[in-house]
Amino acid sequence: MEPWLVDRPRPAVAPSRLRLPDLGSEALAGLLQRPARAALTVLGTVLGIGGFVAIVALSQTAAGQIGRAFNLQDATQVTVRDSGAARAASPTLDFPGDSDARVAQIHGVVAAGVWWQVALSKASVSALPASAGGSPLGLPVIAASPGALTASGAQLAEGVLFNRFHQDRAENVAVLGPTAASELGITSLVNQPAIFIGGQPFTVVGILSGDARLPELHLSVIVPENTALKIWGPPARFSVAQMLVHTRLGAAQVVARQVAVALRPGNPKLLTASAPASPAQLRHSVTSSLNAVFLALAGIALFVGAVGIANTTLVAVLERSGEIGLRRALGARPRHIAVQFLAESTALGLFGGLLGACLGVLAALAVSVYQHWTALVDPRIVLAAPAAGAIIGLLAGLYPALRASSIEPADALRR
Amino acid sequence: MAPADPGLARSADAGLGPDPGPGPGPDPAAEPRAPVIELVAAGYTYPGPPPVRALKPADLTIWRGEHVAIMGPSGSGKSTLLNLIGLLDRPTEGRLRIDGIDLGRASERDRAAVRARRIGFVFQSFHLLPHRSAVENVMLAQVYADLPRRRRHQAAMAALSAVGLAGRPDSLPTALSGGERQRVAIARALVNHPSLLLCDEPTGNLDSAATTGLTNLLGHLHEQGTTLVVITHNPAVGALAQRQIKIADGVLTETAPSAAPGAQEAQEAAEIQEAAEIQEAAEIQEAAETQEGGHDGALAG
Repeated sequence: MEPWLVDRPRPAVAPSRLRLPDLGSEALAGLLQRPARAALTVLGTVLGIGGFVAIVALSQTAAGQIGRAFNLQDATQVTVRDSGAARAASPTLDFPGDSDARVAQIHGVVAAGVWWQVALSKASVSALPASAGGSPLGLPVIAASPGALTASGAQLAEGVLFNRFHQDRAENVAVLGPTAASELGITSLVNQPAIFIGGQPFTVVGILSGDARLPELHLSVIVPENTALKIWGPPARFSVAQMLVHTRLGAAQVVARQVAVALRPGNPKLLTASAPASPAQLRHSVTSSLNAVFLALAGIALFVGAVGIANTTLVAVLERSGEIGLRRALGARPRHIAVQFLAESTALGLFGGLLGACLGVLAALAVSVYQHWTALVDPRIVLAAPAAGAIIGLLAGLYPALRASSIEPADALRR
Repeated sequence: MAPADPGLARSADAGLGPDPGPGPGPDPAAEPRAPVIELVAAGYTYPGPPPVRALKPADLTIWRGEHVAIMGPSGSGKSTLLNLIGLLDRPTEGRLRIDGIDLGRASERDRAAVRARRIGFVFQSFHLLPHRSAVENVMLAQVYADLPRRRRHQAAMAALSAVGLAGRPDSLPTALSGGERQRVAIARALVNHPSLLLCDEPTGNLDSAATTGLTNLLGHLHEQGTTLVVITHNPAVGALAQRQIKIADGVLTETAPSAAPGAQEAQEAAEIQEAAEIQEAAEIQEAAETQEGGHDGALAG
């Protein structure tokens, strides 16, 4: 039988070691000793990381949906307001006479025109001359340049819109909005009808069926801009002129920046251009408002998870002090003990991060399916989640590991 | 330092470095018996307050292949002595050498290395990991001794065979009796072929039948050449050792080996031998005197 001792003085002793595969199997065995406790510990991290992933994914999804719900109309419109006239002492029109042409030259502009509502002191619109009796209607009268009608996307039921001839010669012509036409009892242009505004006759050249961008036109009597200027003068302060610019998709931001300078290069501050928020801006505002609130909540859950891991690992260290003493007696150095418990806490965090990432993605997916959204998930977030969990586990385990390494084997084994 | 006394270990070569492994070394047959443990004026004082001298400075040498029992009541300092020899505590005074390596003031790294590879521990409460099988418990000792993973299972099974548990390697400690658990602990202590087996009250938690079985095993291992140091309060267990060292109030005293049954015969044989030698010497003396009868007595001694 082999003698159980090699009777040879061995002059050198190699240091004791803890190899990486052994570290892995020892840490795993340590965790699986108490699977239920490990599962509960991991829960906090799962919730925290899962929350983060779900929130980020949902905010990205929602922002992506901004494109879908995006209003094409709003995105292709710039409004320029005569802010100078609003501040002026007397009625003013700061838009130059050739505004339509100037702005139409800007790259990305489809059509543009100036309009305002004429300030009439009393109801003045009538289908019959004053002498014929009948009370005039209080229909609004809108002065509009030809470009404004084009830009508004006005559709004609009958007749024509004004053109440059009407504008240049300040003709007394009018276009009726559909409701205005019915109010005035004018349904057809066959008989070349006329209306009277403040007793002045206007020939009706067109009746609208609808428009896209200026709902004000529905109920209004629309006259050329120069005609209005001739008869009633510049717009009043409470009803200043505006320019409506129809732009190509994506050009609104750029056009808005240029239009004031194009119209009044000497004093662009008289005019104020406003464009709708770009899709990118909208997305950013959506993500940032969602993120701020919910990430804070997820952060709290994550903190709770980290505390859970720290607590569980510390309890394990104290419970297993006999095991620690045994390992030291078997040749483990304090650093081996520390690293073993650090590995356990890191494994808990890593597992929590993995599970959290899966659940977070599933949650975002479920919500997206329910809302008929297109789920968007940045893969970097999904990959970073387990790493974040591992780091949290590592940090949470630092103090317990330190405690473990300072346990004196003699004391631990005595118990 | 070339020692004159061949009984002392050669500590000149006993540096700490990579283990050359079982390779060419001094011829064991030519090797004089070397001490495994040497305490030179080693003592231990617990820091206070008040400071307690648990072990007064003591000299102790335990040679390779010996079976030594350390006996004393509780509080006598035997746990302290065990902790010093087992490198779980450092002596506060004096020197400690294991296999000739000075370890009293050595780094934790060196002490851990010796614990892993040169010392095997057996505890009163076994200290087996409850969630691992017998063979896995034995293999735990191989983790820190850095035995390659491939060879571990085979070596662990060999150790379990040596203690008679080859048939139950996959049993959990809860399924084993006290005696069987202690055998697993012994297998764990032996799997790395240590220089020394240190047992702290190995039969303390065992019934009488298991105690007998265990002492038989220890005796068997000793016959095979294992150096055994057994701390015990059980006189029957202590009596089986070659040497008994009593410890009381931190003081070591070595009792005469006459207490050991085997030594009893040796003592008697030695006495007979002595008597015979004296007799022989006396006869030679008489013969010499008779022969020199004519000489005057001045030369007679």
